[in-house]
Amino acid sequence: MTRHYSAVSLLKEGLNAQRGWRPAWRSPEPKPRYDAVIIGGGGQGLATAYYLAKSHGLRSVAVVERGWLGGGNTGRNTAAIRSNYFYPESTALYDLSLSLYERLGRELNYNIMLSQRGMMQIVSSPGEMEMAARMVNAMQVNGVQAELLDRAEVKRRVPIFNFGDDARYPVHGAIWQARAGIARHDAVAWGYARAADRLGVDIIQQCEVQAFLVEGGRCVGVTTSKGEIRAGRVGMAVAGNSGALAAKAGFRLPITSYTLQACVSEPVKPIFDTVLVSPMTGTYVSQSDKGEIVIGGGLDRVPSYGQRGNLPQLETVLSGLLEMFPVFRQLRLLRQWGGTVDVTPDSSPIFGESPLPGLFINGGWGTGGFKGIPAGGTVFAHILATGSHHEVSRPFDLSRFRSGYMIDEAAGAGIAH
Amino acid sequence: MQLFTCPFCGPRAETEFHFGGDAGNLRPGGDSETNVWTDYLYFRSNLRGRAREIWMHLACREVFVMERDTVTHEVHATEALAETAAGEHRP
Ligand SMILES: Cc1cc2nc3c(=O)[nH]c(=O)nc-3n(C[C@H](O)[C@H](O)[C@H](O)COP(=O)(O)OP(=O)(O)OC[C@H]3O[C@@H](n4cnc5c(N)ncnc54)[C@H](O)[C@@H]3O)c2cc1C
Ligand SMILES: [Zn+2]
Repeated sequence: MTRHYSAVSLLKEGLNAQRGWRPAWRSPEPKPRYDAVIIGGGGQGLATAYYLAKSHGLRSVAVVERGWLGGGNTGRNTAAIRSNYFYPESTALYDLSLSLYERLGRELNYNIMLSQRGMMQIVSSPGEMEMAARMVNAMQVNGVQAELLDRAEVKRRVPIFNFGDDARYPVHGAIWQARAGIARHDAVAWGYARAADRLGVDIIQQCEVQAFLVEGGRCVGVTTSKGEIRAGRVGMAVAGNSGALAAKAGFRLPITSYTLQACVSEPVKPIFDTVLVSPMTGTYVSQSDKGEIVIGGGLDRVPSYGQRGNLPQLETVLSGLLEMFPVFRQLRLLRQWGGTVDVTPDSSPIFGESPLPGLFINGGWGTGGFKGIPAGGTVFAHILATGSHHEVSRPFDLSRFRSGYMIDEAAGAGIAH
Repeated sequence: MQLFTCPFCGPRAETEFHFGGDAGNLRPGGDSETNVWTDYLYFRSNLRGRAREIWMHLACREVFVMERDTVTHEVHATEALAETAAGEHRP
């Protein structure tokens, strides 16, 4: 049986008619009790399980997923990874994530197709150019490499951008983070799942958490479509369904669920080689290795659990695209989809114990939690293993909404994703 | 494009409307405790399924209640705020 992925095992299995590959993970039936149960088999939940087993030595861990692995936002996102945030708390979280991403493929023995092609955030007026300089300075002060590019440099790197005299949003320059990039989203979920499974984590799919077991005011497990599962600690990482699950636990969260949609074009020849966002149009773009232009934008304006997306927002995103790249006028769209994202008032995630003792939250990532998977998993595993905050997660506790100590990245960095 | 029905203007494109929040989330009195304010300002029911919400029709600036399914997007009813205000005030 071949387990490890390498050039040698590829060759060996090639000669063996590919008959010896082991399934990447088992599909066990749930046991009656685990030390930790994690609700949600997205990237956040799977990474948490992996680090619980790997860094904290927990051998009795389950991930309970109502659909299939990565079937939530982890398999629906546009895969932009970056750490160009404004506040030191965010930098600590997202730059930890980016650093972990940089070695993740090797660590998991799984090709996550990380491509650090850089991210360019277009600046469209002299006033914004000053704010961009402030942003670049803030990043550098926080220890994250960043550069301010002028118009000529943007034109040199992305000549197909709209540099016309009649451009609605003329290019004055750009913020550049060279270490930013994209990765294969499914591979991140599958890589963590496979590595966690090898450390003994039970990954239970098609198993919906329907209620919480509460004894003496503490959460001691969950009721699922496959029966009762008791647990020392329960963690939830269910993104857009955080509100619905919180209701079952008897509390509310500072979260509203919205649809975020994205779309891809037919594959075309390589035409630009970075991740590019124009805050003025709200549209951002990258080109996949297959050649598809991957296009995203802002949230739908209607709160929703629908996982589809409305036409007016798609129209806004695409008109932004054409404003940015007039050359894409002939491009044909291949697919469009939506995911349900968990939006907080300050556009920052939430970690920590919930109002129901014994139940812990990793959520509120909104439109930007793919880049946060390795760090989110790391700090949430720490919280579940020790019952207290990781130094990186402490500022993101639910109590910030009471103390007023928000980490307002929508205002700080001015970007949503 | 989905149509929402403004109780004052009739069916209009969804882009003419702005979401205001959960219906019944009433501003607390000035001497309320921090927790009450926190709850009012930030915490949301975020219902999956049938929900009562406050919306504004940007064209006529009127605020009203819309009862809507947050999964299917089906609109069950819209009514002027004045007609429901008595009901919403009950704690
Ligand atoms: C269109 C789009 C584009 C995006 N682009 C980016 C981007 O470029 N960069 C970036 O960093 N982020 C992006 N995001 C955000 C990112 O995808 C998410 O923040 C991230 O994937 C969240 O991971 P998660 O594991 O918390 O959630 P998910 O992957 O959604 O996983 C949650 C899981 O919980 C399961 N679940 C829910 N309820 C239950 C229950 N009761 N019982 C059992 N299981 C349950 C769901 O089935 C789901 O699989 C984007 C999102 C969307 C929708
Ligand atoms: Zn009206």
